[in-house]
Amino acid sequence: MRLEYFQMVDRVVSLEADTITVSSQVPEQSPVFEGHFPGHPILPGVLMVETMAQTGGWLLMALNGFAQMPFLLKVSEAKFRGFVTPGTELTVISRRSHDGSGFAVTEARIEAAGKRVADAEISFRLLPFPAADLEAAMRGNARRIGLPGFC
Amino acid sequence: MTSPVFDRIADIIAENSEVPREKITPEAHVINDLGIDSLDFLDIVFAIDKAFGIKVPVEAWTQEVNAGKAPAEQYFVMGNLAQRIEELVAAKGTA
Repeated sequence: MRLEYFQMVDRVVSLEADTITVSSQVPEQSPVFEGHFPGHPILPGVLMVETMAQTGGWLLMALNGFAQMPFLLKVSEAKFRGFVTPGTELTVISRRSHDGSGFAVTEARIEAAGKRVADAEISFRLLPFPAADLEAAMRGNARRIGLPGFC
Repeated sequence: MTSPVFDRIADIIAENSEVPREKITPEAHVINDLGIDSLDFLDIVFAIDKAFGIKVPVEAWTQEVNAGKAPAEQYFVMGNLAQRIEELVAAKGTA
């Protein structure tokens, strides 16, 4: 994870049918932890949502062969069940629960040491890539994290 | 007299937006008259997909309208929308 660059996913572990599993290590050091919180550094819940959203985004791009870019549409039922501290290894799982026309819905969860620490239903609007640079950057990131089909 | 499909769709719209149920008539345009925004509309489509076990082809409809191949009313006036949904449900049954 590189929190300051919103780079939340380190590596794809598996991609099967409608489900992706990725891993991410929370950095030991980050300016984020200086403010959140002094003396009690924990990963902000909003960044856990972003981590689940990016995981779902990679899933959807893998499923549609990079035909469309997923943009965050809605976050429902987000729950944060435990503190996530610097250095924690996270496993993030996202499953496409609904394949709509121009949108998709995912069920996502984050686990640490086999225990669920966050989950949410996250919906995406699917649109053509608005810029060639963005598509190129996303394809580059897909290679970086080892997204099957884009390694 | 409205159809059961119309009534179900109208209920879904009322549940997923701030539009009062009584305003949702067969003549109402989903966007122009009811003021449904794009987020609420996709929520409504999601609920319709689930309720009827179909995939409402919003992208194809929008492309037809934007290309001038179909009037927006054909898909986005409530009575016509209900009819399109009934056709999709019927097509699913024969597929």
